[in-house]
Amino acid sequence: MTARSVRSLSGALKPLFSNRCPGITSCFLQVYGAASCNQRQKSTYTPPPARYGGRHTVTLIPGDGIGPELGNHVRELFRFCCVPVDFEVVNVDSSVASEDDINNAIMAIRRNGVALKGNIETNHNLPPSYKSRNNLLRTTLDLYANVMHCQSLPGVRTRHRNIDIMIIRENTEGEYSSLEHENVPGVVECLKIITKTKSLRIADYAFRTARAKGRRRVTAVHKANIMKLGDGLFLECCKEVASGYPEITFDSMIVDNTTMQLVSRPQQFDLMVMPNLYGNVVSNVCAGLVGGPGLVPGANYGEDYAVFETGTRNTGKSIANRNTANPTAMLLASCLLLDHLKLHAYASMIRRAILSTVSETRLHTADLGGQGSTSEVVQSIMNAVQSTGPQTLSI
Amino acid sequence: MERPEKLQQVFGTTLTSHRNKSSLTRENIPPPAKYGGRHTVTLIPGDGIGPELLNHVREVFRFSCVPVDFEVVHVNSAVETEDDINNAITAIRRNGVALKGNIETKHTMAPSVKSRNNLLRTSLDLYANVMHCQSLPGVQTRHKNIDIMIIRENTEGEYSSLEHESVSGVVESLKIITRNNSLRIADYAFKLAREKGRRRVTAVHKANIMKLGDGLFLQCCREVASGYPDITFDSMIVDNTTMQLVSKPQQFDVMVMPNLYGNVVSNVCAGLVGGPGLVPGANYGHVYAVFETATRNTGKSIANRNIANPTAMLLASCMMLDHLKLYDHASSIRNAILNTMNETRLHTADIGGQGTTSEVVQTIMRFIQSKGQLTSEY
Repeated sequence: MTARSVRSLSGALKPLFSNRCPGITSCFLQVYGAASCNQRQKSTYTPPPARYGGRHTVTLIPGDGIGPELGNHVRELFRFCCVPVDFEVVNVDSSVASEDDINNAIMAIRRNGVALKGNIETNHNLPPSYKSRNNLLRTTLDLYANVMHCQSLPGVRTRHRNIDIMIIRENTEGEYSSLEHENVPGVVECLKIITKTKSLRIADYAFRTARAKGRRRVTAVHKANIMKLGDGLFLECCKEVASGYPEITFDSMIVDNTTMQLVSRPQQFDLMVMPNLYGNVVSNVCAGLVGGPGLVPGANYGEDYAVFETGTRNTGKSIANRNTANPTAMLLASCLLLDHLKLHAYASMIRRAILSTVSETRLHTADLGGQGSTSEVVQSIMNAVQSTGPQTLSI
Repeated sequence: MERPEKLQQVFGTTLTSHRNKSSLTRENIPPPAKYGGRHTVTLIPGDGIGPELLNHVREVFRFSCVPVDFEVVHVNSAVETEDDINNAITAIRRNGVALKGNIETKHTMAPSVKSRNNLLRTSLDLYANVMHCQSLPGVQTRHKNIDIMIIRENTEGEYSSLEHESVSGVVESLKIITRNNSLRIADYAFKLAREKGRRRVTAVHKANIMKLGDGLFLQCCREVASGYPDITFDSMIVDNTTMQLVSKPQQFDVMVMPNLYGNVVSNVCAGLVGGPGLVPGANYGHVYAVFETATRNTGKSIANRNIANPTAMLLASCMMLDHLKLYDHASSIRNAILNTMNETRLHTADIGGQGTTSEVVQTIMRFIQSKGQLTSEY
């Protein structure tokens, strides 16, 4: 987003606020102005600089379950296609209580700017003071937007067709603030935090993305009839941002009605924006609708960092190391990573190969109802890449 | 170890209160029928499609000579005072049983105006919301053979309506999970599962993130599960649950969960079996029971147009008759409804047909009459 359009946005919103309360206006402009200052300094997004002869360095966090094997397949594929990306592997041990591992990983991501990760397991046997590592990573790096694009893939048979939904989920606050306490024994209070700043930020991100991708409609998902202050604030922020984008239709829907509509008529949704927990549920429902957790990639964006992973963040412990996991989600996530690094040619080449492989039913893995193995799928993708002609290593 | 004693204390009190009211869920003593064997039931029309559907219920009951009289209490959702809803609550305390339509929660009113439905549920301590989602034979859906019972905690969790804005621009909403309520709902779930002959109970939670809150809920479910060795107990995280529901819903049997997840999961299941017009819901407390449609829609956009689907409300009224132990009437109306559902030309707009509400109700009444039971004249 260019600096000019940011300035015009804050200009457009100014009269909206000055009527209400001058105090809020100055507060808002302070907050928003600061954000637009940052934007002004980087007028167009530039990926982290490639050093050492034009090769990018990307942090790779293998995680648990199927993460390591899928991460290996990504490296294999990148090496084969001669993608100028080197991976810095950082292992995070989920069974220890110390936070050193995850801090190392965070430092590596700060250094490199971009990461590809598998899901790190949150062990239930450890005490409640032990925070979820994935959550820690997201909040520390302020990766405020989780973007998931659910599309019906041509080769996969599902009960619903022609689904094309973008889900933008607030990634750092809401129900995932991990703030819980037990004042009275037997009574636990969990705090769900909704702030104006972050709601405006995610709404702005959603509308900018909608405009950039040519989407016509943004739906905010909430439960403001019950959580009037919390989700009411979120909804209000979305409405404020929507007023600055007149060409995009904005509407809102309560989360229970949304999920019901999703299972009956998902084609009505275009782009959806929502707080953290509803985002979790809705993205899993959509992933289920387009064919399961093995197909959808996810991306977590912040102002300065981007981390890519599978959309539904499954560890997949029960299918680990059995060569039956579906590599599509992780490989598509790596294509999103390449797009982010502006290596578009490589990204489209690999994506084309993946989509052509997914169309072949005999190569479907167990989660899609087939009997193919992970290595067969990856091999077929590499064959598809080789047959399109660009330089590849010999297999 | 103090924990077992505490459990005994807490659990002991719940058990005692159950014992006083004959422990099985289904044997909640119905309020005594007065005035010549006729029951009195509170009727709250609500907003949207509520009034017209409840009129149809009264029509069907009158036609089938069901010994139930309705005491109608109106609740105006547009005023801020709580007098109306307090009257309704008093009426339900008096009669013990109610049938209600959904009362609209207007977003334009101040946040201090609490949701009337929520107020009703918490004041009467209707702690268990039970929804039975079954694939109906006459309705075409993408999934077949679904038979899931959803038991949802109805009074606490995210619906505590406790929110505050300590710092401007930062809102904190409190989600409360208590040991008592979690044990109570888990106990209800397992008792119901045993009664209905169900083999498996699944607890839905998000304890990897909300470790204390949902962790407590899960722990309570496990404790209760240990007392029911014939029933398999497992747990599933809510996001995985919803994904499994849209791909393989046949794997679920009975599900128990806190309030918000219950809201989402019950709506997903309602969507899977054919929509909000088909599934009835019941809210049970120790003393009171309130019946309504499961997904609690107001249906403002289709109000008074004779296109709403009366099935959910009529099935809810059958559940109410079962609760009042008027089993014969309940089964005759239920059979009539299911037979009507098989006729595709009578499907209303929400299930893809063009029938009107009154046509459906007329057909149901005709079925009841054809079975030969006593009916009043048209």
